Amino acid sequence: MASTVQSQSPEASRGVVATLRDEKRKSESLTRTALRRLSRDYLTLLAFAVLIILAVLSLMAPLFEQALNVSYTEPLAARKFLPVGATYMNPATEDIGNHIAGTDHLGRDVFTRLLYGGRVSLGIGLSAAIFSTLIGVSIGLLAGYYQGTRLGFIDDGILWFTTTLNSIPTLMLLILISSVLSSRMSGASSSIFILIGVLTLVSWSGTMRLIRGETLSQRENEYVVAARAMGASPLRIMFAHILPNTLSVLVTALAIEIGTLILTESALSFLGLGVRPPEPSWGNMLTGAQSYFRQGAHLSIIPGLMIVATVLSLYLIGDGLRDALDPRSIK
Amino acid sequence: MTKFLLRRIFQAIPTLIGISVIAYFVMAQLPGGPVNALAFDPNITPQQRTAMAEAMGVNDPWPVQYARWLIGDAPITIFGTQVWGGREIPVFDRRGNQTGTVIGTNRGVLRGDFGHSIVSKRPTTEVLALRIPATVELGLISLFVGTLIGLPIGVLAAVNQGGIFDNVTRVLAVLISAIPVFWLGLILLLIFGSTLQWLPMGNRFPISVAGDYSLTDRIRHLILPVVTLSSFSIATFSRYMRASLLDVLNQDYVRTARAKGLANGRIWFTHAMRNALIPVATILGPAIPGVIAGAVLTETIYAWPGMGRLVVDSVTQQDYPVIMAIVLLFSIATIVGFILSDLLYATFDPRIRLS
Repeated sequence: MASTVQSQSPEASRGVVATLRDEKRKSESLTRTALRRLSRDYLTLLAFAVLIILAVLSLMAPLFEQALNVSYTEPLAARKFLPVGATYMNPATEDIGNHIAGTDHLGRDVFTRLLYGGRVSLGIGLSAAIFSTLIGVSIGLLAGYYQGTRLGFIDDGILWFTTTLNSIPTLMLLILISSVLSSRMSGASSSIFILIGVLTLVSWSGTMRLIRGETLSQRENEYVVAARAMGASPLRIMFAHILPNTLSVLVTALAIEIGTLILTESALSFLGLGVRPPEPSWGNMLTGAQSYFRQGAHLSIIPGLMIVATVLSLYLIGDGLRDALDPRSIK
Repeated sequence: MTKFLLRRIFQAIPTLIGISVIAYFVMAQLPGGPVNALAFDPNITPQQRTAMAEAMGVNDPWPVQYARWLIGDAPITIFGTQVWGGREIPVFDRRGNQTGTVIGTNRGVLRGDFGHSIVSKRPTTEVLALRIPATVELGLISLFVGTLIGLPIGVLAAVNQGGIFDNVTRVLAVLISAIPVFWLGLILLLIFGSTLQWLPMGNRFPISVAGDYSLTDRIRHLILPVVTLSSFSIATFSRYMRASLLDVLNQDYVRTARAKGLANGRIWFTHAMRNALIPVATILGPAIPGVIAGAVLTETIYAWPGMGRLVVDSVTQQDYPVIMAIVLLFSIATIVGFILSDLLYATFDPRIRLS
């Protein structure tokens, strides 16, 4: 008798401790847990910091233009290919301009062009990702919710359409569509809106597929059955019940999506089919940089570094968020 | 197996039709069409331009043009009886006055005729035949290098899970996927081509009148494009291989092998690798569109005379027949890649039956 008590007691006490620990953990909301985990994830925090600094600098571009006494549009023959860190005094006006990152082949200041280009590249990536998420989420919810039901043809149709669209290599499709749209509308600023539209058009299907898959697994849960039993409409079930449960996946995907879209935008602009000059973007600043290796290697290096820093930060944030939001991981 | 293949090929037909409709529709939205692109020539009068547009049929609605692209404008004869007399194409003299008509000779894509390039006036198939070898060479070698380097890295990372090698390669893989392909190409050119002058600045062969170049020349020209194009595959393949091998290493039969006292090398390579390679085979299919997209950029940077550069040029010159042919070709390559990865999956994994 005594031996059984002895053998049971450590077992039992361990159980109590475990329950207590569980209680403590349960009392914390998922958002709180995520924030607690993120606050210890220094790499992700660093990535956030880099991204915020880049965004703030880009927003302050006109201020820098004034303070450094340079121009991002003015092509001045005498200032061609100034090296990094150069200053230049305009003989006519005796103004001294500080060219932190030198000047390009037309004599425009590279640093302020980088900042203005950052506005364009970050803006395009962010807005295209938001639009494609909105479209992808709505259609993904619809397709997933109705899959295999009376309205299953919606799902079939959507899937056929996206499979077809995805069988054309994305870059080809982008080249085609953007060349069409940009020839229909003129002007550098409209090329930005066109690009946002085109990038949205080719990228929503990825989000759609992700949300469709999530919806397929979520809709089998009891809470969906309960909502249906209480007479909630399909749209309410999709957007008010299922959608919040896919948010953690969605946030992670969004961060990575913005990064990928910035990469795609830069590739298109580099090919001359994205953002049109004179409007700078990190991609089109590299167009033709190859011809100036001798005179100004900084023209090839600096814009690329900006792209890498931005995209890398976004990818790291995506990874960090995935770890932080994963309810199964224990940290 | 044959049944599965046939079904997949049949399934691909509506997809290909869908692709060609989408691509043609998008292309037909270009204002002015190919005539506009040709009309930069100051010697061409507006009258002549109208005449050319009429003769090329670019004023017709796009479904008509699409149908013409499909079945051509030459007469159709089935079993000796003529079903359609073909399209009568107006002929104009130099001032733009109609002088008569001729019957079309284009047999259409369904009859194996991709038409003539508007820019170079040569048959589209001939234009493509010049470019395909360069792209296939670059793409295949890059995929091969990607597999050859990526898979061993993945294996080493998996068996040293959490170790220095694993962490370093993980960081590198994220870093590489964040680098734009064209910028990597630029930087490699700047370092090895321009500054150190170890490797050529681009092109497929050295430019010479006699056209004599050695194998070493060709390899030297290949190095930078292949490094650029395969960097992404190396990163993806190594991550996939690592994840897949880790999955397998946690399975019961591996524990059994370990319990039997087998050496680690034996467990990793003879027991685990076989099964770990199965999921890896499936990413070869999706890797193909990635390589195609990368090829467009890599070829632009290195002046590589392949199809990627042809795409960009044709789109700016609005060369309809060439664009359509390339879109179809790339799409077929993509679909074949997906079918191939399913086949590989079934071949390696006896649990999967194709039906």
